[in-house]
Amino acid sequence: MNLKAFNRALWVYHLNTGSCNGCDIEILAVLTPRYDVERFGIRLVGSPRHADVLLVTGPVARSMEDSVRRIYAQTPDPKVVIVVGNCGAEGDVFHEAYSLVGPVDQIIPVDVYVPGCPPRPEAIIHGVVMAWAKLEKLAKQEVI
Amino acid sequence: MAVGETKKATYTIPIGPIHPALKEPIQLMLEIEGEKVVNTDVLVGQVHRSIEWLGMNRNNPVQTLYLAERICGICNICHPFCLAMAVEQAANLTPPDRAEYIRVIAAEMERIHSHILWAGVAAHEIGFDTVFYLTWRVREEIMDLIEYIFGNRVTKAVLQFGGVRRDITAEQLPRIRKSLDYYKSIFEHLRRIFLEDRTVRMRTRNVGILSTEDALKLLAVGPTGRASGVPKDVRQDQPYSAYADLNVKAITPDIVTGTVVGDVYDRIIVRLLEVKQSVEIIEECIARMPEGPIMSEPKVPRLLHLLTDAAGEGVGRVEAPRGEDIHYVRLEAGQSTLATWKVRAPTYVNLMAVPTILKGMQIADVPIVFASIDPCQSCTNRIVVTDKATGRKSVVGYEELHRLSVEKTKELQR
Ligand code: SF4
Repeated sequence: MNLKAFNRALWVYHLNTGSCNGCDIEILAVLTPRYDVERFGIRLVGSPRHADVLLVTGPVARSMEDSVRRIYAQTPDPKVVIVVGNCGAEGDVFHEAYSLVGPVDQIIPVDVYVPGCPPRPEAIIHGVVMAWAKLEKLAKQEVI
Repeated sequence: MAVGETKKATYTIPIGPIHPALKEPIQLMLEIEGEKVVNTDVLVGQVHRSIEWLGMNRNNPVQTLYLAERICGICNICHPFCLAMAVEQAANLTPPDRAEYIRVIAAEMERIHSHILWAGVAAHEIGFDTVFYLTWRVREEIMDLIEYIFGNRVTKAVLQFGGVRRDITAEQLPRIRKSLDYYKSIFEHLRRIFLEDRTVRMRTRNVGILSTEDALKLLAVGPTGRASGVPKDVRQDQPYSAYADLNVKAITPDIVTGTVVGDVYDRIIVRLLEVKQSVEIIEECIARMPEGPIMSEPKVPRLLHLLTDAAGEGVGRVEAPRGEDIHYVRLEAGQSTLATWKVRAPTYVNLMAVPTILKGMQIADVPIVFASIDPCQSCTNRIVVTDKATGRKSVVGYEELHRLSVEKTKELQR
């Protein structure tokens, strides 16, 4: 991975599709002073229309399916989707549940998976950096 | 209607069900008159995950214990703790004394992290992000300690039926001491920020009031009930586990201010003092912890066998950071899953108080007032404002709502 300089600040929209909050509090931990990714220009935004990255947690409850699709559609291209946590990646302890329609990649395309239940903040940061690399590539392809 | 005449109409604002940070989706329908909330309807169930069904149909009880941990990632001790108590009662298992103390230590560490987390979120909701970042930095100390003792920052996987899976060794004690001393040293600082700061006081005093009478009527539990002057705490009223030796007293805001208002400010007082109380409980536990085994049945296959053969009913009650948590369990002989499992999390009860505390508040107060019961599911991301008279809909985002809240803070500061 060759990331000498970023040419944009990465804005992230966090979408909870029915997670247990475990991953969500670790995502917040990433933003607060100990890990402080805001110094790299990474920040949470309140609307998917402002976002470069969708950070999805949770196993997708049935009533959230439509929201997930719509939020994905509302995010402008180029975009990447990161799934944080096992339950969004493959169901985790909730697999076989009758009220779930996930994992996330059954609903929308996913670019990066961050495993863990919940993953450590460092792992989440690593996932965001990988997404960043992909986004840079996507952006270049568009120009070419 | 004559020209120039205006008609007074109420609007309904659905909030939810997605929030950009933190909490689980939930939907609030606010009926408003101008800026004032006149009525609220709370719609839950957006993130139903069939947890109880999984516990009764797919999992063996030990798997269910770790599923219970994921009912809520913030309260990941109190749910398995409660389930373990219920199953132990049903199957006649008695955890050794040392295990009871370790459970209490884990539960109190969870309370510290949960209350500090809440304080940060509350600061964020009134637009005081400096304090949000400060409290979350303060919180990292307990996260480090939890990781050091239980091996993971969030989900701890420390409980087992009939005991706990990890012991606390003598070498670990100095590290625990260090963290407890840190919280004691920083307490005065936090108290000044949250209880003496003008901004915090202006946005929280006399806001979102739940009177003692209403709290009793609506059965508010945990800090929400205690802040309204109801001295209700399972640790005091029906001491379980090692709390039986500890003499915990319910904290009400009159300890600090002499009176009970039942507003958001009082809820801050209660949670802040409970952080201090939890530090003291952990200290006492460490001093009194007896030596001995930590599991009554260390072999998991034998434990499973025992639980399959057992028949009976059990109820667990635990004082979670948000209030009283109840698990009911029925075991049937020969059945390898739980025959019945029912969870009653504290937020269910506290949500009943939401219409009451939001009544008469401004829209800009909704984030902080709703957050003040520390709902374990929440959402203020997207609001659709419906004009009842014209049927016109407009969408207001969480950011807009947050902006309103921040603006109100600024206005009050002027
Ligand atoms: S991956 Fe684990 S910790 Fe994260 S939301 Fe899912 S169940 Fe919770």
